[in-house]
This record gives sequence, structure tokens and C-alpha cells, in this order.
Amino acid sequence: MNVPAAWYLVLAAVLFGIGAYGLLTRRSALIMFMCVELMLNAVNLTFVTFARTLSDIGGQASVFFVMVVAAAEVTVGLGIVVAVFRRRHSTSVDELNEMKG
Amino acid sequence: MSATAYALPSIVVFVTAALLIVVGALGVLAVRNPVHAALSLILTLFGVAVAFIAQSADFLAAVQVIVYAGAIVVLFLFVIMFLGVGRSRHDHVEPLVGQRPLAALGVAVTVGGIIALLASSHWVTGATSVSGSSLAKGTGNVHQLGTAVFTTYLYAFEATAALLVIAVVGAVILARRERVTEGAE
Repeated sequence: MNVPAAWYLVLAAVLFGIGAYGLLTRRSALIMFMCVELMLNAVNLTFVTFARTLSDIGGQASVFFVMVVAAAEVTVGLGIVVAVFRRRHSTSVDELNEMKG
Repeated sequence: MSATAYALPSIVVFVTAALLIVVGALGVLAVRNPVHAALSLILTLFGVAVAFIAQSADFLAAVQVIVYAGAIVVLFLFVIMFLGVGRSRHDHVEPLVGQRPLAALGVAVTVGGIIALLASSHWVTGATSVSGSSLAKGTGNVHQLGTAVFTTYLYAFEATAALLVIAVVGAVILARRERVTEGAE
């Protein structure tokens, strides 16, 4: 018998927490993107766990679409990072404060 | 319900996946060099792939390795090396006072709340699907997922095509080096 779903859900919660902490504390835009990927993976793990628990393929289909959106997000995000780096010579998000009121 | 009630292989697989995931995630968090952070991210993604296989999501595990570990992380590494970003010098400055304790507190409250919800109630239940009853057996996972994506979720699937095209065009426009018309000036 497989391990209970709650184990995987707790693991996903921990992974989400680690990603959220990194997103809130790190300064480099690249690392922040990686932390967003961690959080997305935590959600994917939750989807797959519920798909197994409820015997519903819809959870896995959702993961499929989350992966597509994550790929698009990383593509555009890294494009923005490259464009910003070309102008500011830094990937630190703290230096992007020109629109501060 | 003691842990010994479950088959030993599944426990071993879970512990392996959990170790890969947590160690990789902490590596992304702690390592200063962005290249090492990307490699730690690969570790986490492989751990998630192991967890997918353990829960009979074979196709998604393959996609996880190919798309995430193969394409997305390589894209990260490509950008890191393209920009020549070294060690981040800015992580020691703290422009917002008390940001780290507040972030830790917020994360602890969130994760603790989720785990408390899990432990205190049986909200992890729902209507079991009638169509996907063979999902747990691990057979025909690709067939099932393909059928679902191309019938039930067909419009969403078509929308992803448009999304990917828009993302590629947007990335090209963003990253394009603007040719300043020096000759005309």
C-alpha cells in the first residue's frame, strides 16, 4: 500500500514554504524566479497527490497546464531580466526603484 | 495508523523524494552562487519527478525531467552565464527592516496552518471520479491523460498554444538588442 496522501501534502507544504521564504528574502531576480519554480512544483505535487487520492485524471491535466504556463513565465521573465540587466548592469530587484513615489 | 502499516518500498521512495526535494530547495535558498542554485533546483525537480512516479503520474514525471530539468533550468543557466552574474553582493543588505523575521513568520504561519488543517480534519476527501478508476493501478496513464487533455480540456490546450507563441514573441522582443540607427543620426 502506498504511503498516505497526507505525507505528500505536508511535503508539498514544506516545499511551498521554502520557496515562499526564498522569494521574500532573496534579492537576485534569478534566484527569485527559481523560488517561484519551487512554489509551482509544490502546487504540482499537491495536484498529483489529489489526482491519486480521488482517482481523477483532472489533477494531472492541471499539472500539465501549470507546466506550460511555468515555461511561458520563465521565458518572458528571463527576457525581462536580460533587458533590465542590459540597462542597469545588475539583477538585484532592490535597484529597480525608479518608479518609487 | 502507524507507519509500519504501509509497504516498505513506498516509504523508501517517499523518503528519497522528500530528501531530494528538501535538500534541493534549501540549496536554492542558501547557496550564494546562482549556478549552484540552479543545480540545486535540478535536484528538487528530480525529487518531484520521483514523487510523481510514486503516485503513478508517469507522463508528468517524464515531462518534469525533460521540460523542467532539461529546458527551464538550462534556460536559467544560459541566462546566468550570458549575463555573467557572479555571487550576489546584495543579499546581505537589508533595506526593509525586519524583512527576514517577518518572512519567516509569515511562512511558518502559512505552512503551520496548512499542516494543522490537514491534521485536524478530513477535508482531504471528495467525490471520487468515476471515469478515472484505473488511475491508481498505474496502467494507461499516458492514454488517460491524453484523452482528458484532448477532450475535456481541449480549449485550454488550444489556449496554451497561443500562450506559448505569445511568450516566445514577447521574449524575443524583450531580449532583442535595439539597433540604434546611428547612421541616420
